Amino acid sequence: MPKQIHLAVHFPGVNNTTVWSDPRSGSHIEFASFVRLAQTAERAKFDFFFLAEGLRLREQGGQIYDLDVVGRPDTFTVLSALAAVTDRLGLTGTINSTFNEPYEVARQFASLDHLSGGRAGWNVVTSWDAFTGENFRRGGFLAESDRYSRAARFLAAAGVLFDSWPDGAVVADRDRGVFLADGRAGAFAHRDEHFDIAGRFTVPRSPQGRPVILQAGDSDAGREFAAATADAIFSRHSRREAGQAFYADVKRRLATYGRDRDELLVLPAATFVLGDTDADAGERAAVIRRQQISGQTAIKLLEQLWNRDLSGYDPDGPLPEIDPDVSTEHIARGRASVRMHRDPVATAREWRARAEAGKLSIRELVIEVSGRQTFVGSPRTVADQIDDLVQCDAADGFILVPHVVPDGLDEFADTVVPLLQERGVFRTEYTGPTLRDHLGLRRPAATRAVPTG
Amino acid sequence: MSRSLPLRLAVALNGAGWHPAAWREPTARPADLFTAGYWTDLVREAEHGLLDFVTIEDALGMQSSRADGPDERTDQVRGRLDAVQIAARIAPLTRHVGLIPTATVTHTEPFHVAKAIATLDYVSAGRAGWQVQVSELPHESAHFGRRVVETGPRGVQDLLDEAADYVEVVRRLWDSWEDDAEIRDAATGRFIDRDKLHYIGFTGRWFSVQGPSITPRPPQGQPPVGAPAATGLAARAGADVVFTTPRDTDDVRDIVGDQSAPHVFADLVVVLDGDAQAARAHRRRLDDVDGAGFPPDAAVFAGTPGELADRLLRWHAAGLTGVRLLPARLPADLRAISRGLVPELQTRGAFRHRYEATTLRGLLGLPRPANRYAEDSVA
Repeated sequence: MPKQIHLAVHFPGVNNTTVWSDPRSGSHIEFASFVRLAQTAERAKFDFFFLAEGLRLREQGGQIYDLDVVGRPDTFTVLSALAAVTDRLGLTGTINSTFNEPYEVARQFASLDHLSGGRAGWNVVTSWDAFTGENFRRGGFLAESDRYSRAARFLAAAGVLFDSWPDGAVVADRDRGVFLADGRAGAFAHRDEHFDIAGRFTVPRSPQGRPVILQAGDSDAGREFAAATADAIFSRHSRREAGQAFYADVKRRLATYGRDRDELLVLPAATFVLGDTDADAGERAAVIRRQQISGQTAIKLLEQLWNRDLSGYDPDGPLPEIDPDVSTEHIARGRASVRMHRDPVATAREWRARAEAGKLSIRELVIEVSGRQTFVGSPRTVADQIDDLVQCDAADGFILVPHVVPDGLDEFADTVVPLLQERGVFRTEYTGPTLRDHLGLRRPAATRAVPTG
Repeated sequence: MSRSLPLRLAVALNGAGWHPAAWREPTARPADLFTAGYWTDLVREAEHGLLDFVTIEDALGMQSSRADGPDERTDQVRGRLDAVQIAARIAPLTRHVGLIPTATVTHTEPFHVAKAIATLDYVSAGRAGWQVQVSELPHESAHFGRRVVETGPRGVQDLLDEAADYVEVVRRLWDSWEDDAEIRDAATGRFIDRDKLHYIGFTGRWFSVQGPSITPRPPQGQPPVGAPAATGLAARAGADVVFTTPRDTDDVRDIVGDQSAPHVFADLVVVLDGDAQAARAHRRRLDDVDGAGFPPDAAVFAGTPGELADRLLRWHAAGLTGVRLLPARLPADLRAISRGLVPELQTRGAFRHRYEATTLRGLLGLPRPANRYAEDSVA
């Protein structure tokens, strides 16, 4: 029997993936848009809906970045509301472990799991930067080296809280007058180098026991953290070889923690462009790339590598001769991706050489180097590619990022999904009510440690 | 001043009801308290009664019969879900009733609460509000382990000062986007006009917040803020709705004169029945079951919807703009409000027959405020 594919949809937000200038583009903030995308995903029997988070508006060159979509909702609030207009779809979102406290976040996720009947998922991310910290009481207190340690302890503390009520603690027997089986339900204590908390948790153990834990992060520490704690990893490796290498690496790490291979799913983010034929899709993809990378956007993205004001350059002209500025604070703030350029000067030389060899303008070069469309082709081609990548262990499925809000998933749902279903590699009906059911993950047993005294 | 205004009516939802023994009533649904269906049914019942809004009670700690910390009782309701999320879960399933969840300001982040209530306003199409709550309890501090809340008058004063700063920050964050900041100007490639986004630059004694919010200005501009009168926070925070606890009509007159909020609501716990004797018997039965009696902050009314209507209209005439009823038993007393009290008030020409506005501000007769950062409103 072939592997079953997992599919999720990411509500596209504040990256240049989103083509907001498309005439079909709707609101990125009105609730109707979230409903529309979530209901399409549920109609297509997707595993889950995913919502990203960012806690400060991005800036570049000291000004709020204005070329991409700006603004997004509160994660918990939107997911709880979506629980009212969907029945089965998993509802997952990013919640930062740096500018929150375990008690509050555990309470919110446990509440979401109850209110959605067991469909909650948590993408745990970390932050350390003082820029985002300026919006919070905590400020920029965390050293970068501490970010995974706090995240790991945060998750451990939340786990203690999720498990603090045993299953069956709520008796609610009105005739006998017994509401709780145990007067200390929810009692907890957790102490480590980041947290020293104790008391009573107010939310009974939730339908899934605890939410599904997702994790992003490609560094060694990030992979290790995922192998130790996550149910699914949100990866960037959607190409065959890179995907297989990543997949093998993180699955291998599981044994260290006494976990089976199927206890951590690898779900790369992926974009797609469909057409009647492969050629048609290719043409559409080229148009979309030019919509995603306008001349202004090309200059702004180039500035993120050069770390300089390049507004004087012509996007249709050659790349700058000057080298990136590596001496000062970065020109772009609130954007994690700039850290991918570990050696900006070397990367700039490489890009320059590539542009000269291909006679590429700034805009053309940026289109080539800044991301890509993962799946481009006819529905059959795309179904083939997705199935192949999953069967060859480059992934367990994909988190799809449409480039139009909110109906950018419709075509995929109507054309690719039926093909995957015909092959028997994607569900035609949900088999269980919870997100853990969709992902083939067990409901964890409560590892309850009742504090003494 | 309020005599000419229509009476506003709200209910406060709390577990199985405000009486600790309510969960043992034959009509109670104690096994459903942690389900979406329970809360949806309650709020739909309130909407059936054309009520202005519901508040959803919450706290960061466990319910207790003791003032100084959690007890270990097994014979009362313990545990509850996050109120903001309950409100969000209900919002798409209702159309008119205002949704005012409690969110605690001590130990939490104003940035998170600002975007949560703003988002509730989006998912409810303009029906969100926020009930501000302070946490002075040491055992709630221990859930966060970050600070020891000083007890005594000085500590409480500090918490209230902090809460006032917090509300100010939330309000500034709501205004940190002008209404027309999103321009989608394809010609220049700009999604927003960044000159219409504003750093709030708040620096106070307890925290500083830079802004702007990540969430655009909510549909109501400023969702209504509610707070209890007792602590003085409502006045300090410029609450739109202040909740008071009068005992009688004279009390109402005294209280109303002291409040500066546009809306002064009285809290009143109610046990209702079509038969007055039966209502009083319900109350006695609840007290007997509970054993310890029932000492709420607010006055308790046990009687018929008609008697209650008499009292509410006297209080309204004495200056209150609205009443928030605290059903002793859910859903029984809520149902008696929506299907007994409301028709009674309607018959007397004292309550609406249909919702006359789509937003909570609209129902409360509050105009949509100008944005403090917009140049037009400066002039």
